[in-house]
Amino acid sequence: MSAVLSLAWKSLMNRKGSVILTLVAVALSVALFLGVDKARTGAREGFGNTISGTDLIVGAPTGSVNLLLYSVFRMGNATAEVSWPTYQKIADRPDVAWTVPISLGDSHRGFRVLGTTNDYFVHYKYGRRQPLKLAEGAEFSDLFDAVIGADVARELGYEIGTPLVLSHGLGAASLGAGHENRPFRVVGILAPTGTPVDRTVHVSLEAITAIHVGWETGAKNPLADTINEKMIRSFDLTPKTITAFFVGLERKGTILTTRRAINTNKGEPLMAIIPGEALAELWSVTAFAERALMAVSVFVIAVGLVSILTSILTSLNERRREMSILRAVGARPGHIFSLLVLEAGLVGFLGAVVGILLIHAILLVAGPMVEARYGVSLAGTGPGLTDLYTLLAVTLASLLIGMVPAWAAFRRSLADGLSVKV
Amino acid sequence: MTDLAIQIDGLRFAWKGNAPVLDVPAFTLARGERLFLRGPSGSGKSTLLGVIAGVLEADAGKVSVLGQDLASLSSSARDRMRADHLGVIFQMFNLVPYLSVVGNVTLPLKFSAARRKAVGGDAEAEAKRLLGRLGLTDEALLERRVSDLSVGQQQRVAAARALIGAPEIVIADEPTSALDADARDRFITLLSEEAARTGAALLFVSHDASLARLFDRAVDLAEINRAGVKA
Ligand SMILES: Nc1ncnc2c1ncn2[C@@H]1O[C@H](COP(=O)(O)OP(=O)(O)OP(=O)(O)O)[C@@H](O)[C@H]1O
Ligand SMILES: [Mg+2]
Repeated sequence: MSAVLSLAWKSLMNRKGSVILTLVAVALSVALFLGVDKARTGAREGFGNTISGTDLIVGAPTGSVNLLLYSVFRMGNATAEVSWPTYQKIADRPDVAWTVPISLGDSHRGFRVLGTTNDYFVHYKYGRRQPLKLAEGAEFSDLFDAVIGADVARELGYEIGTPLVLSHGLGAASLGAGHENRPFRVVGILAPTGTPVDRTVHVSLEAITAIHVGWETGAKNPLADTINEKMIRSFDLTPKTITAFFVGLERKGTILTTRRAINTNKGEPLMAIIPGEALAELWSVTAFAERALMAVSVFVIAVGLVSILTSILTSLNERRREMSILRAVGARPGHIFSLLVLEAGLVGFLGAVVGILLIHAILLVAGPMVEARYGVSLAGTGPGLTDLYTLLAVTLASLLIGMVPAWAAFRRSLADGLSVKV
Repeated sequence: MTDLAIQIDGLRFAWKGNAPVLDVPAFTLARGERLFLRGPSGSGKSTLLGVIAGVLEADAGKVSVLGQDLASLSSSARDRMRADHLGVIFQMFNLVPYLSVVGNVTLPLKFSAARRKAVGGDAEAEAKRLLGRLGLTDEALLERRVSDLSVGQQQRVAAARALIGAPEIVIADEPTSALDADARDRFITLLSEEAARTGAALLFVSHDASLARLFDRAVDLAEINRAGVKA
């Protein structure tokens, strides 16, 4: 066998040009497959890590995925709000340890603005219950203070002290009707989290109320600009409504009863969701696309393997003479068969190895950039079992595929005997 | 042990669906004998060699190689018989393109333990010795790709390959048809000498009757083959 293996190797070396092309095809297909798989795993992990430590998210009744999307992912809109007294009532329940109210609806140059309290920085956790950390500055202390996420700071080039104005609604640009008469000031910049927090501008709940003085009808009252900052500061800025709130319980064991109690709240209807459940539901929506992507990359590998097949099959005719020489010097038909199977296997194996090295090189270089930019962590996906299984599967598949030309050559070497005329 | 290298009794062979090519009542080649087998193109010379080499199976009759009836052997035993006891030289394109000169010469040793043993330790040295005997001494030439060698050089490499490990029989199927008269005679002389040294029987096949003078014995295929010449 080792004699045939060295023959297979030398034969491949002799056809380096076409072999390298085939090898590259296999390598690229394997790299693509593993890349998709790693992005998928990373995305799933990053996704599941968006929020942790929060037991319930409560908002006005809507779909649970929708509530999760707008409260955690800053996507879509709340259809209704929760009144402040109702929020207070839930917050005062004995089984509730803490609550963090949030208020959404404004934006700053394409980034969502989240009104909340300083408790947000204490209780909102992500990943493995990591709290938010300030990279610079402090939480808000004054009415018009803003704490911005890492992406906001990086993309807009903001620093501590940079003034900013919010715009009403979610327009990508700060054009049109805005809150330019109520400028904010950056007082804190959060460390990157890889979650939507990075793309959020945080202000106090009172600030949200303050900038909407004069907007009670939903549009700007022409008199709004006549109310100066001093007057605003003298108002009672307790919000009338909030968008949703996060809840932490005294005891995890009561989570289902508490949720039922909130869902059946007398008076204003509410909906409470368990983040993990809603995340799983949301993920199952994307799982279809994910599976489709995996299927496509499996097909790409199949194409790579077929290129091994074609390259060997097309070489077979010109190698007919070689086969009868080998037979003449004593090679048995089995040797001819294993020669071609091994050639296919070698190309598949080497192609897969190159593909694995390639994808890890790419991850090493691009991983940190992807993580910083999209919050998808690819770092935890170093060489692992998936790579090993892929290597084994591709090698095995190419050995199997090699049996097709091997069988053809085997049959022909029996029929040709020593009398091949070239 | 018989002193016959090859013994044929009542051999018949036909390619599938065709008229018989070979009908040979009797033919022998003694050990160490150097025989010239002449026959016109298409007369069945290559076919006969294929039968002797155990690659083609006779339809009837008995073909014994070194006393072994080929029909009694399994196809893998016939393959082993060929690997251990037979050296083969073709008309042209004898060499495996991706192996070096020395790699081509030592190729039979990969498939035969018996010939490995006959060579002893250093296969490469033995290959070079044989190549040297056949007039290929230039080290630079040995490093060249085999496809870059001249046809005459290629045939000498093939001869060295047929001789390595001292097989009992060397069969050569028109190995000189692409050589000029000078090179052809030189090649045959060298091949005969080396065969004589290792004690191999040489069965040399060609359509060129003028070569007969270089051998111990000459046979016309038409004399031994009743299937007759069509070409
Ligand atoms: N693989 C084959 N299948 C069918 N018929 C074959 C095959 N090989 C040879 N033949 C036929 O067998 C006959 C003998 O062919 P063979 O090759 O043995 O002749 P040859 O004496 O070696 O001729 P040449 O001197 O041209 O090499 C020819 O009629 C040829 O057409
Ligand atoms: Mg012939």
